[in-house]
Formats: sequence, structure tokens, C-alpha cells
Amino acid sequence: MPTRNIRVWLIFILTLSLLACAAPATPPADQAAESDSDPQRLILATTTSTENSGLLAFILPVFEEQYNASVDVVAVGTGQALEIGEAGDADVLLVHDRSREDIFVEAGNAPARYDVMYNDFVIIGPAVDPAGIRGMEDAAAAFALIAEAGSPFVSRGDDSGTHSKELSIWAAAGIEPSGDWYQAAGQGMGAVITIADEQQGYTLSDRATFIARQAEGVSLEVLLEGDEALFNPYGVMPISAERHPDVNAELAMQFVEWLISVETQEMIASFEINGQKLFFPDSDAWNAAQ
Amino acid sequence: MNTFVEALLEALRLILTLDPVVVEIALRSLQVTAIALVISAVLGVPTGAWLALTRFPGKRLFTAFIYTGMGMPPVVAGLAVYLLLSRTGPLGDLGWLFSLRAMVIAQVIIATPLVVGVSMSAVLAVDPSLGQQLRALGATVFQSRLAVLAEARVGVIVGLVAGFGSIISEVGAVMLVGGNIDGRTRVLTTAIVLETRKGNFDLAMALGIILLGLSFLANLVMALGQGRLSEPS
Repeated sequence: MPTRNIRVWLIFILTLSLLACAAPATPPADQAAESDSDPQRLILATTTSTENSGLLAFILPVFEEQYNASVDVVAVGTGQALEIGEAGDADVLLVHDRSREDIFVEAGNAPARYDVMYNDFVIIGPAVDPAGIRGMEDAAAAFALIAEAGSPFVSRGDDSGTHSKELSIWAAAGIEPSGDWYQAAGQGMGAVITIADEQQGYTLSDRATFIARQAEGVSLEVLLEGDEALFNPYGVMPISAERHPDVNAELAMQFVEWLISVETQEMIASFEINGQKLFFPDSDAWNAAQ
Repeated sequence: MNTFVEALLEALRLILTLDPVVVEIALRSLQVTAIALVISAVLGVPTGAWLALTRFPGKRLFTAFIYTGMGMPPVVAGLAVYLLLSRTGPLGDLGWLFSLRAMVIAQVIIATPLVVGVSMSAVLAVDPSLGQQLRALGATVFQSRLAVLAEARVGVIVGLVAGFGSIISEVGAVMLVGGNIDGRTRVLTTAIVLETRKGNFDLAMALGIILLGLSFLANLVMALGQGRLSEPS
């Protein structure tokens, strides 16, 4: 073994160790944002529909500039977002499952819940509509027909707000869905629409995500809409600073106030894809101004 | 039916025009991978060599743990890191969940056993009489071990390439602990999942091609280096 080779090898090992020492010292990009002059970080845990539809990318830059903040969006199902909030891993939540939101506030995880906006759920399915639900007005009756026909139905199956709504409709229909035709995907809305499209099956979707996916070439159609049971309100909740002293409560509250302000509500109202409105403003401030 | 071809063409356009979104995500993937790989190498190569060259009680048990680690599902590592770093977890005060640091930690946990295992095999494969001969010629223990390690370099490099491959292509763990935050923790794999769900197949495909390309490039560089290194000098 020539000594030259050993020397090369030694240098290699030394370089590696040096790099390793340097690695923790070189701050990853995310850490740079935590120093004083840089923007404050706000973690927003939210549902996939607000991010996948493009709404957040449309409105958040305004907040980030006004408050010198950087909003980190963690887009998951409502169930998971509530879990993240309960653990104090986010500063503020924007979700859509009214009954669980009320429980969340009652349990002391958030000081309050504020109305933000609403849209509605729609039942979508293939244009040929094998279960024959097109134009019906009662969502539960339509679900019953789908079950009877044994047509493929793709469920979110992920404890999200949409999943929770779907289960409440099955309950209203007095059906416990099971069998080959009922598929629990365990994925986000976008993925479930793709699965339903590939299988030419039915599913329940929030209107915003469906419109956004339709613009990308999904062949399914809205077959049932307008049932009162399909109302889909979104609420915002700052995480309790009493329970989690580490959360950025001040910025979270500023975010809530900004989100429900008339100016932001107007932006939400103006957000469209292919000329269709996706969300309808519903905050107290907005309603008072009308 | 020609979604595939359309997506492929659009993907190539995004890459050739150096689309800023694509470039940013690719660079972040490389950043996380590089940091995690260096840490894994520093922890893993010496540990692997030490395991191969020394005897101690409990060595078999320790080795079994390493082999289990090599086959550990990455998402399990992700879950463990998530629970450790959550504000309700033991390291919650750091506030590292949903950051690049959390991703690096998960990646190091996934890649290190791989680097240890392969380095150990490589060192074991070196003729055991080499160390003894060097000692007889007057080398210190440290010098002789260094020489054995140098003999094992090809295998060690293969271990590092394997580590690189497992880190850059990992999706479940980094999704859990990084949160796939736009502009902060979104990397190639998590962006591919997101864009596929959103129906942006062209962007997803562009990112996929880059991922494949980076993997290929790393393997090519290592293969070339390996060829040169294994030539007798």
C-alpha cells in the first residue's frame, strides 16, 4: 500500500469530518427566517381544499407582506389538522368540520372559532350515471340509490372534514356502506377525484377542489347539488397560548383578524377558476358590511 | 390517451427553460440530501469499520440492530421523528417539526444503518492478514486500520451511493416531518405527490425526470470514481 494513497484517504476523511462540523453551523434555509430582521413564521394547518384549489396562494402573499410574516401551510385533512393543533404544532387552523371545531374550542384548544367562508359539497359521478341520481335534491336518497346499484363509490376514508360529511349522509340514509363497491382511499380530495374518475365511480367532493380538478381534465360531472345537508362552512381558530406557550399567538390573532376583515373577504369572493366562484365570504364583518 | 406524451413534452420544456419552481425544489432536495448524507457518512463509515475490526460483547446483537435498521420502512422513521419533535414530544421545545432540520434527522436515521452495514461488509471483505502484516512492519494500530479502510474504499463508496439513493427518493418520512410546505420544506418527492394529486401531471413528470437524472448522475460519478479507484496504483 503506497503512502500516497493513505494520504489521499486521510484527506478524504478529514474533509468529511470538516463538512460534518460545518453542516450544523450552516443554517438550513428555514432557520434563517427565525432571526430578528427576517419575517416571523406562522404555521397554518389547513385542509387540502384551501391549498389544492389555489385560494391560499392567491390571498396569503398580501398578509405576508403586510405583517412581514411567512405563512407555512401544512395542508392535510381536517382531522389531522385538528390533531396538529391540539399538539400545539401549528399556530392557527383553517378547517371545515363545524361540529368537531366546536368540540375543539370547548376542550380549550382554541379560545374561539370564527366564520370565514363557505362553499358546498357536491356529489360527482360519471356522465352515464348508472345509479340514476342526476338532478335529485336529497343527498341521502341519492346515496341510497348508489348503494342499491352497487356502483363504485370512492370515500376519502381519512377522517377529513369531507369524510366526516360523507359519513353523516350515509347515517342519514340509514346505510352502513360496505362491500366491493365502497372503496376507502385514505387520501386527499384531489387523489380521490382521480381514483373516482379512473373507475368511473361516484364520490363526495367540496365544490372548490372539483372545479379546480375539472379544469385539469377530469371527466366526472356534478350530479347532485343544493341539498342543505351539503353546506360546507370553513372556520378559523387560533391555537390557545394558555395551553401551548410556544405558539405565535399574537401573529395568529392578527392572521384571524386579517382573514375575516372585509378587504380579505372581498379577495376571497373574487377568487375564480374558469369564471366560477369557489368560496363565498361569510365572516361577521363581511355580513355586517352587506 | 396521450396525457403521457403531453406531460413528457411539457416536462422537458420546464426543465430546459429552467423553470424557477422546478429549480428551487430540485436545489432544496439536493441540499437536504447532501447534509443528511455527510452526517450519515461521518457517523456510519467509522462505525461500520469499527464493527468489522473489533470484537466486543453484544456485537452480534448490535449488528442485528444495524441490519434491522437497513430494512426499516422509512415512514416508521418519519413517525418516530414526528412524535419526538412534536410540541407534545420529548424534543418539542426545539420547535423543529415542519422544518428542513426535521427532514435531515429523519433522513440520517434512514441512511445511517445502510452506510454502516455496507461499510462493515466492505471492511470485512479486506484480506484480514493485511492489518497484521502492516503491524509487523511497524505501523501503529491506527495506521493499519486506516490502510484497511483504504482497501475497502470501493465498498464504502457503494454504501454512500446507496445512502444517497435512499435519501433523495424518500417520500413518506419527509412528508410527515417536513409538512410539504411550499418554499420551505417541499422537495422533489413530496412535490411529485402533491402535483399528481392536483392533476398537474406535467409538473409532476418534470420533477420525476429531474429526480431520476440526479440519481443517475450520482451513480455515474460514483461508478467512474470506483473504476479509477479500483485500478492498481
